[in-house]
Amino acid sequence: MATELSPVSQIPPEFHVKVDHDQCRKCKRCVLNCSFGCMQFKDKVTPDHSKCVACHRCTTFCPENAISITDHPMVYKENANWTERIRQNTLKQAETGGILLTGMGNPKPYPILWDHLLIDACQVTNPSIDPLREPMELRTFLGSKPDKLEFERDEHNNVRLKTQLAPHIQLDIPVIFAAMSYGAVSHNVHKSLAIAANKMGTLMNTGEGGLHEDLYPYSGRIMVQVASGRFGVHSDYLKAGAAVEIKIGQGAKPGIGGHLPGEKVGLEISKTRMIPVGTDALSPAPHHDIYSIEDLSQLIFAIKEATDYMKPVSVKIAAVHNVAAIASGIVRAGADIVTIDGFRGGTGATPAIIRDNVGIPIELALAAVDQRLRDEGIRNQASLVCAGSIREAADVAKAIALGADACVIGTAALIALGCRVCQKCYTGNCAWGIATQRPELTRRLDPDVGSQRLCNLLTAWKHELQEVLGSLGVNSIESLRGSRERLRGIGLDKETLEILGVKPAGVGM
Amino acid sequence: MVMTIDAKGMYYRELNKMIRTAIEEGETEFVLDNINGQRYIGDAIKAKAKITIHGTPGNDMAVFMNGPTIEVFANGQDGIANTMNSGEIIIHGMVGDVIGYGMRGGKLMIKGDVGYRVGIHMKEYKTQVPVIVAGGCAGDFYGEYMAGGVMILLGLGAGEDKPIAGDYLGTGMHGGVIFLRGKVEEYQLGAEVAVMELDEKDLKLVTTYVTEWCEHFGHDVDEIMSRPFIKLKAVSSRPYGNLYAY
Repeated sequence: MATELSPVSQIPPEFHVKVDHDQCRKCKRCVLNCSFGCMQFKDKVTPDHSKCVACHRCTTFCPENAISITDHPMVYKENANWTERIRQNTLKQAETGGILLTGMGNPKPYPILWDHLLIDACQVTNPSIDPLREPMELRTFLGSKPDKLEFERDEHNNVRLKTQLAPHIQLDIPVIFAAMSYGAVSHNVHKSLAIAANKMGTLMNTGEGGLHEDLYPYSGRIMVQVASGRFGVHSDYLKAGAAVEIKIGQGAKPGIGGHLPGEKVGLEISKTRMIPVGTDALSPAPHHDIYSIEDLSQLIFAIKEATDYMKPVSVKIAAVHNVAAIASGIVRAGADIVTIDGFRGGTGATPAIIRDNVGIPIELALAAVDQRLRDEGIRNQASLVCAGSIREAADVAKAIALGADACVIGTAALIALGCRVCQKCYTGNCAWGIATQRPELTRRLDPDVGSQRLCNLLTAWKHELQEVLGSLGVNSIESLRGSRERLRGIGLDKETLEILGVKPAGVGM
Repeated sequence: MVMTIDAKGMYYRELNKMIRTAIEEGETEFVLDNINGQRYIGDAIKAKAKITIHGTPGNDMAVFMNGPTIEVFANGQDGIANTMNSGEIIIHGMVGDVIGYGMRGGKLMIKGDVGYRVGIHMKEYKTQVPVIVAGGCAGDFYGEYMAGGVMILLGLGAGEDKPIAGDYLGTGMHGGVIFLRGKVEEYQLGAEVAVMELDEKDLKLVTTYVTEWCEHFGHDVDEIMSRPFIKLKAVSSRPYGNLYAY
C-alpha cells in the first residue's frame, strides 16, 4: 500500500486566470462553460488556477471580455537544463507514480522541415497560370496503378483499355481527414467529418473504434479502420467503407497500443466497440495476427477477399528509422495505399515519453519512402499518403512535391471545429465537445456548423493550392507530384538535403 | 441442393469466389473435397450456410465470418475465426495459433489442442457472446487481453500433474471468463486474473457447452465433468487504470 501523501500538491498551476470584476456582470456563463472545474462562483467568479488548461472556452463566451489567461506568474530559479517542464513533471511523478499521459501532437521545438522548404515560381521564361481564369486540377486518385497499360480494339475498331485497373478512390482535393476514433472524439465530431468529407469529395477515417450505425449513410466517403483491438470490425463495416485501413502504428505513439480510458466508454461507445460500459478499451501494441510482412499480407488479402477486391486497402504505419524498408515490404505485401504518420502526429492519449521522443519527422520519412519505392520500381503499386502535422496548405503543396499522393489532417480539422490544442483530450473533459463523451459537452458541437467550418477550411486550402500551382505554371496537382526540383531547402545541412532530395536555395536548375 | 467442389489444385481466390457467388444465388450447403491449405474459406460470408470441409483448410478460415456453420474433418491451421461475428465452427482435430482473435460472437468447437495466442481480445455485447471450447491443451497467451466471451479448455490427454495451458494466461484480461479442467501454476497467470471456484450458474454453463462438445466428438459428458474445473476472471475491468499520471 502506497504511503498517503499530503493532500496539498506541490505542483504549481500552469496558468493564471484573471477576472476583471469591474467588467464582470456575474452572468456565470464562464462557470457553466468550464468543464475542468476551474471557474467557480463564490459571491463572484473565483477561478481555481490549478484547474485551468487554457482551453479558452470561458474567454470565448464571456460577453464582457472580462477574462484573460496568462502563464502562471511563477518564477523558477533559472536553469537551462532543469527546465520548468522537467521540474513540474518530476513533481507530478513523485506524487502519482504514473506514466505521464498527454494528448495531441509532439509540442517540443524540433526542427520543422516544412518551414525550411521553399517553393519555386515561374518568371518570364515559362508563364505562370491565373487560377482565377483557368481550370486547376486538384483531383487525385488513391489506389494501386498498373505497371503498364495495354489497349485493344473493340468490334467497332475503337481503342479501349485492356488492362484491368485496381479499385481507386477519387478525391477532389488531396487532403483527407485523419483517423480519429469514435471514443477518442465525440459522435458529433465523426458526423461533422463525415458530412464535410461527402460535401468536399474527400475521405474521413473511422479510426479504430468502429462506425456508429447513424453514419453508415455517409460510408461512401469513409475509410474504415482495422486496428489491433478489432473494435467495431465486422463484415458489414468492411463492406460499407470506401476503403479499409489496417492500422499498424501512429506517429504520436509508434510501437505502443492504445488505452481509451473507461471514463470515455459510455453506452454508445460500449455498443460500437463491444466492450462493457466503463472498461478501458485496450488496443494491444501489435496485431496478434501480424508478426511479419507475410502475416500483414495475409490480413490484407483477408480484407480483399471480404470486400471482393472492390476496395483499396491502406496500411498505416508510424514514421520510424527504418520506414523506407518497411514501406517497401508493405507495398510488396499487397497494400494499395501506404499511410505514413510522422512523429508530430496527434493522438487522444499517449505517454508523453513516447510522443515526444519516438519516431522521425514526416518530411524525411516521406522523402525516404518515395525514393525507396522509386528505386525499387514499385512506386506505382501504391499511393503514398502522408500525415503527422500537416498544418496548412503550404505543407500540403510541399508534401505533394516531395512525393505524397495526398495528405492527412487531424489536428488542423479539430482546430477548425474549435479545438485550442490544450492537450487534455485524455481526460474526457473537452470543453469544446470534441474529445469527450459527456453528453452535456458533446452537444456543444453542432454537426451542421462543424461540417461547414471543415468545408470552409478545405475550400480555403483548395484555393491556396490552386494559387501555388498557378505560380508554378502547372495546371494540375499531378504535375507537382514528386517534383522535388520545384523545392529548395533553406538552412538545412547537406545530409538532410540529400535525404529530402532537394537542392539548397540559390542553386538553379 | 448440396454443392460439391473438388478443390484439388484450386487457388483460394477461385474457390472462395465460387462459394460467394453460389451463396448469392441462394446455395446453402457445400461440401469441399481435397482441401489442402486454401486460405480464407468462409471469409466475411453473411448468410446461413453449411460448409463441410474434407482436408486441411489454410489460414484465416472463417475470418470476419457472419453466420455460416463450418465443419472440418481434419486439423485446422492458424487464424481460425479471426474477428468472426457469428456462426459455428467444428474441427475434428487440432488447430494452430491465433484462434478466435478479436472474436465477437459465434461458437468454435475444437476436438484437440490449440496453439499459441488463442482467444486474444475476444469481446461480447449483451447476448452476443463468443465461445471457444477445446478438448486438448493450449499454448502461451491463452485469453490475453480478453474483453468478453467464454473459453473452455478440457485438457484431455494431459497428465494429472502437467499444466494444461502455457504461460501469460489471461494477461491483460478485462472481461469474459475462462474455465480450465485441470491445473495451472500461479506463475503462469497474468497479473490481471484471479482464480475462482465455479458457482451453480458457471457449472450449468460449462455443462451445456461440454455436452455440445461431446455430441460432436463422442466423449462422455459425465466423465469429463467428473474432474473439477477452475474459473479465471479479470480482477478489474480497468487493469491499467492506475498506470498513468493525469
